[in-house]
Formats: sequence, C-alpha cells, structure tokens
Amino acid sequence: MTARVARVTGLSLWLVITLFPLYWVVVTSFKSPGSINRWPLEYWPSEFSFGNYTELFATSAFGTFIGNSLVVALVAGATATLIALLSAYVLARFEFRGKGAVLGAFLLTQMIPAFIALGPLYAMLADLGLVDTKHGLGLVYVAMCIPFSTVMLRGFFENMPDALEEAAMIDGCSRLGALFRVLVPVMAPGIAAAFIFNFVNCWNELFLSVVLMNSDANKTIPAALNGFISTFNIAWGPMSAAAVLTVLPTMVLFALASRWIVEGLTAGSVKE
Amino acid sequence: MRRRTFGRRQALTILGFFAPAIVFVSWFTYWPMLQGAQMAFRDWNLWDLTSTPWVGLGNFAMILADPVFPIVAGNTLVWVVGSIVPQLVIGFLVALALWRRFRFRGVYQALIFYPWAVSGFLVGMLFRWMFNAEFGVVNDLLMKAGAIDAPLPWLADPKLAMVAVIVANVWYGVTFFAIMILAALQSVPDEVLEAAAIDGAGTVRRLFSIVIPYIWTTLALTVLLRSIWTFNSPEIIYAMTNGGPAGRTHIITTWMIEYTQQGSYGLASAIGLAVMVVLFVFCAFYLMAMRRVNQR
Repeated sequence: MTARVARVTGLSLWLVITLFPLYWVVVTSFKSPGSINRWPLEYWPSEFSFGNYTELFATSAFGTFIGNSLVVALVAGATATLIALLSAYVLARFEFRGKGAVLGAFLLTQMIPAFIALGPLYAMLADLGLVDTKHGLGLVYVAMCIPFSTVMLRGFFENMPDALEEAAMIDGCSRLGALFRVLVPVMAPGIAAAFIFNFVNCWNELFLSVVLMNSDANKTIPAALNGFISTFNIAWGPMSAAAVLTVLPTMVLFALASRWIVEGLTAGSVKE
Repeated sequence: MRRRTFGRRQALTILGFFAPAIVFVSWFTYWPMLQGAQMAFRDWNLWDLTSTPWVGLGNFAMILADPVFPIVAGNTLVWVVGSIVPQLVIGFLVALALWRRFRFRGVYQALIFYPWAVSGFLVGMLFRWMFNAEFGVVNDLLMKAGAIDAPLPWLADPKLAMVAVIVANVWYGVTFFAIMILAALQSVPDEVLEAAAIDGAGTVRRLFSIVIPYIWTTLALTVLLRSIWTFNSPEIIYAMTNGGPAGRTHIITTWMIEYTQQGSYGLASAIGLAVMVVLFVFCAFYLMAMRRVNQR
C-alpha cells in the first residue's frame, strides 16, 4: 500500500513538472501586454486578453505560415509514410544480402548533423529552381522521414502473421495487391501512427526551413519562430501565442495516436 | 514460405519496393552529406563561394588550434553526460511507476507523453522564458520556496547557464526513456518475478537481478539513441543561449552553427564531418561492448 502511495505521489510530481511549461506558456499567452512584465508574477491572468493573438496575426503572416506548414507536413508526411511502408515490408519479410547494410545506412542518417548538408542542399535546390518553394522543402522532408518511419513500420509488420498475405496471394493477388488490400487495413493504426510521427517531425523541423524558406508567402512556422529570437528584445506575449498555436495541433495528434506510436517505436527498436 | 531462398522474382520485388526509399535518401540526405563532407577539406567562404581550393587537413588544424575548441569539447561532454544520466534515472522511475495497473494510468501516460509533440527549438524558447532573469517563473518559484533570496540571471551567468540548458533537455528527454523502458518492462514475464518473490527476493533484489538484466538491450539502445541525438541536436541551446554567455554553453553543434553564421562554411563542414566520425566510432564501440555483455 505504501509503495503504491509513493508511486502515485512520485508520478504526480513528475506530471506537474511535465505540465508546468505548457501551463505557463498558455497563461502568458493570455496575459495583457502590461502584465507580462510585472513583478510579482501572475499565476493566473488578472485580465484575460486575446491581445497577444491579435498582435501575432496583425504583425506577421502567421495564418499563412500555419497553412504552409500544414501543406508541407501533410504531403511530405504522407509520401514518406507510403515509401517507408514499402521498404519496411521488404525488410520485415525477406532475408537478403545487404539488409544489415541498409539498416545501418538508415541508422547512420541519425548521426548526420543537419548543418553539414545545408549548404549543398541549398545549392542543389537552387539548381532545380526549388529554393523557397514548398515542393523543395517537402522533397527534403520526405527523405528526412523515411529512415525512422521505416524502422517503426518494420516493427508492425513483424507482428503480423505471414499467413495474412500468403492467403491473399494464393487467391491470386499480386504481392503489392496483398500488401495494400490485406495488410494495410489490418495495420491501419500503426500506419496512422507512423504518419503522425512524420507529420510532427516535418511540422517541427527548424534548420532546413530557416535556410530554405525566405519569403513570407512560403515560410513555415519554425522559420517564422526563428525570426522572433533574432530580434534583440523578444516580444514574449506574441511569442507565447505563437508557441501555443504551434504546439496544440501536434499535441492533439500525439494524444490521439500515442498508444500506437509507443508500440511502433518499441516494436521497431527493441526487436534488433 | 517465409525467408526462403533468394530467387529472381524476390530480387525484383526487393529492388522495386526499395527503390523509392533509396532514391530519396541518397538524393536528399547522403549526396548533400557527402558534398558537405568533401567541403571539409576545402576553403569555402561566404565571401568567395565560387572558388573552393583544396586545403587538405587545414580546416581540421584550424579547428583544433582554436582556443575555443577545448572549452567546446568539455561543454559537449558535460551536456551529454549531464543530460543522459538524469534522463535515464527519472525515466526509469517513471516507467516503473507506470508499470502496474492503477486508476487513471492511461491519463498519466498520455500526459507524460506530451513533451514529444514539442520541438526542441520550442522547448528552448519556453525554458528561455521561464529562466528569464527579470520575469522568469523559475526565479519566482525558487524565491517562494525560500531556496534563493534574489532573482538569479540564469542564462547570463556563466556558471548557471549550463545548468539551465541541461534542465530543459532533461525535461524534454525523460519521456523517451520512460516510454522505451515501460515497453520493455511489459515484456518481463510475471512468472519469473513471482517465483523470485516466493524465493524471498525483495523489491530491490528483483529489480537488479531480474528486471534490469531482462531489459538490458532496450536500456542500452535507448541510451545510445538519446546520446546520439543529444550530442547532435543544437536546437535547445540555440534557442536558449546560442552558446553564450562567453561560450560557456557552446557545444560542438552550436559552434558549427556559429561558423556557418560567420560564413566559414569549410570550417563548419570540418566540424560536421568530425561529429559524424566521432558518433560513428562511438556507436561501433558501444554496439561491440553491448554484444560482449550479451554474450556473457
């Protein structure tokens, strides 16, 4: 009994620590401009105000940035998930020479510092006429998302019995047909989790978006947020409003899919 | 049926299914990475982008000779070890607490999960605001608790800045450890634990003799992955201090950003290449050591 009390107390303490930054940024975002820089601090806004949100949208094209981020993350996230689905299937279902090398090459991408590839990527996209376009950023994001979501989806495939697609293939389906007609529906939650994971990664990516997206018409949210810290004095009110709007969609998505993401992450990496 | 011999049809299927992944990852990850890597051996500057003469190991020599280098190396070590150890300990405790069923466990789990939805950059911004010297909530809470008498300039004080960035990173990283360890814990067979309990093994004994050996692989892999990411991810520091004050929170990757911002792309590439080599060697040794432990 005491162990149980200690457990729940400790857990609740960590929960408070975990939630506090979120609480604080939400509270800050609803404070009036005058009360943000006031001592003693207000733990609840004395006057509830949407001023920071209206200022954010009045002084920047934040609506456009949200739209750009949505388009890029949706399209790139979905494309990467589809491609990863194919490669994960092969990795889970076939033994072949070079399989270890492929997995190693995917693991290696995690060790590449973003900055080493930035200059050459910029030059490459400039040659293709894709700098400062959503297409260009999307292509790079697809490549960025493939390795990890492959590993994740491979874990899900390994939990699926071979008999599923074998039966379909005996009934005359092609391998691709069996994959999409039989396996994909069964694996839908896992695929959704991989997609959400990819979407959130694209939504949050910072350095590529800062370097590749310059014009207000094409900028994504991280590039816009970065603009906040390059000014000498950060406007913490609008900054907090922007932070809340940036975090909310991803939080909702992760909450919806958290069970499956956990399963995918652990199945993918514990297996090795 | 599964994993049968390697036929021609299979070869075509494998190639066909792999082609898109290979094309994308080579084109947009490996090819620019290789180009960046060869720029580590060239003089490549913002003021003359067209001429990039070969300088051999000159860039590496310049980095090693930079008086900032030993400071950055030391900071990086402090940053990685200081972040990973508390993350592992707290993450383990959180996972243990979530292991057995209780009311609202699902709610606790979902809420503890949320930092993952936040980007490292945004985490840095949130903590920068909370550690603010004038209107930061951290100072206010510490003063209310009686731990300090006056507000501390967290991010401006050379001694405190590293503490602040590590606190932010620990907050961010515990979730990943907790999730991975929790999943591994759920694979520990109950019968073995019960048998040990009947034989008189206490909680601590069961933890060290059964649970930890059982989940060893997951622990080791999680530490490896997080170490790579912590070593390699400048976002939190970039957002909180950008390496300051006076370079006291500069780690290897924020240093790379600084060279990039100065337009010294060759030097930045050299740092990037060095980072990859160090991580690669670290991984190789680590995986080898893990295999040895597993064989024992």
